[in-house]
Amino acid sequence: MSRPVRLAALLLGAAMAAPSLALADVQFSAAGSTALQPLVQAAAEAYQAMHSDVKISVTGGGSRTGLALVASKSVELGDSDIVAVNQPDLVDHKVAVIGFAVVVNPSAGVTSLTKKQIQEIFSGKVSNWKDVGGKDGAITVINRPASSGTRAVFIKTLMGSAELSKDTLTEDATGTVVQKIKQTPGAISYAAFSGTHNQSGINELAIEGNAPTDENIESGKYPFWSYEHIYTNGPPSKEVSRFIAFLQSDSELLHKTGYILVRDMKVSENDR
Amino acid sequence: MVGANVGKAHRDERIALVVLATCSAIFVLAIALILIYLAWSGTKLFFADHVSLFTFLFGSDWDGLAGKFGAAPFIVGSLVATGFAILVGGPLGVAIGVFFSELAPPRVAAAFKPAIEVLVGIPSVVYGWLGLTLLVPLIGRIFHSGGDGLLAAGIVLSIMILPTVISLSEDALKVVPTALREGSAALGATRWETISRVLIPSASSGLAVAVILGIARAIGETLAVQLVLGNAAVIPSSLLKPAAALTSEIVMDMGDAPDGSPFQHALFSMAFLLLLIAMALIVLIRIALRRRA
Repeated sequence: MSRPVRLAALLLGAAMAAPSLALADVQFSAAGSTALQPLVQAAAEAYQAMHSDVKISVTGGGSRTGLALVASKSVELGDSDIVAVNQPDLVDHKVAVIGFAVVVNPSAGVTSLTKKQIQEIFSGKVSNWKDVGGKDGAITVINRPASSGTRAVFIKTLMGSAELSKDTLTEDATGTVVQKIKQTPGAISYAAFSGTHNQSGINELAIEGNAPTDENIESGKYPFWSYEHIYTNGPPSKEVSRFIAFLQSDSELLHKTGYILVRDMKVSENDR
Repeated sequence: MVGANVGKAHRDERIALVVLATCSAIFVLAIALILIYLAWSGTKLFFADHVSLFTFLFGSDWDGLAGKFGAAPFIVGSLVATGFAILVGGPLGVAIGVFFSELAPPRVAAAFKPAIEVLVGIPSVVYGWLGLTLLVPLIGRIFHSGGDGLLAAGIVLSIMILPTVISLSEDALKVVPTALREGSAALGATRWETISRVLIPSASSGLAVAVILGIARAIGETLAVQLVLGNAAVIPSSLLKPAAALTSEIVMDMGDAPDGSPFQHALFSMAFLLLLIAMALIVLIRIALRRRA
């Protein structure tokens, strides 16, 4: 390349980069939980539409990845389904509540289970649906991987001290789990409301007679839920905290993406 | 004027040499760094966390978050699924390769070759999804079981390696010298005798390469296996019970295993083990190729 051509290419490149540098005065990124990602993504899009000088990038990677990235200051916002332990630098912002449901294949023949029955099924003590009031048929338990945030919530809120049996199917994505339940008679598993509501071919179970609805979670009757956390490394900057506040308060956005507002909750985590 | 052009030509050649050598050096360095990183991370479980190699390879108690690292269920699962694919897909692929190379009418063979090569390129997730939605329920109905397990994984893997084995077997048979074929015919052999006693033995190292590359794809297959295997961290009592494989376990837990934890180290050890198996296969290929000469 001759000198004039090279110089022109350099100037062109700089000219293309300049506008984006000038407009994005404020930039921050969020990473972590894939359950929370749709909400953060939608909020980021809405927020950027309102503030043209802000650029927010949102990625997934899982709750623990999000926590690791925010702890190392690679991102400003770490999205997580689980509470960060032994991380005194991280500041917790509870941004939403997410509900989970225990789901079964319709051939099971049950519409509600007690906590004890759920523990017996998932620990392997009970292996036929007729023992819990359903039709005669083998129970096929589907779990999530050991490091999954959803599984951690299930263990914490429903399993109590009972141990999960290891001799179960394990599937990763909510979509795969739902597909497996639809096509496997007697299958049972658990997933977030966003994957289980309004799905044909699977039944959401009531727990102790309380249906998996937002109202039952808010009043504390339905136990299978968790907070969605966004962690910041230290107190957040003014811009970041404005975004978090926006996310927490936009009720239309939260309901559209299937979450519950923290301020609608009449119980807090400790009450469970 | 001539002298100036010659000088420029030499300078261009030197520049090209430097650029290409640099690219190659970067590439080799990158591969070496990957190998070193995997070796270092893969052995942390044994040196830093003091888990015994024996427990890792032969123990069957696996609970990553609770500190139990018996990886035998995954090793057994990967080896059995791959073994099934070799025993079914291998001979079948070679047989089909022989058919297309020696017995099918030339126009039929020519029409099928591009089709088979397209099949090689189908993404694993497609095979996996078809396995999940079609094969697993079918097995469940036939054998009255859940359907997930090593039988499903073995069948999916066999189908996945078929195009590779067929294509390479065809190529191996094509390069057998015509003189051998003609000599065999001159001695009065039938077509099958020529194929079975002359062509296959002389193409044997090429056929071995075909099968070994099929094995390499099978042992490294992650997504398709994960969707049909059931992923239960136990050594199954039959091909119809849920099992687990090294590749699916790594992909399911690597993202969320806490950074720097023994759990994560154990997953790295599994990855390192897969690398060692793949390298062993490459060594086998080199031995097979050397026999060719």
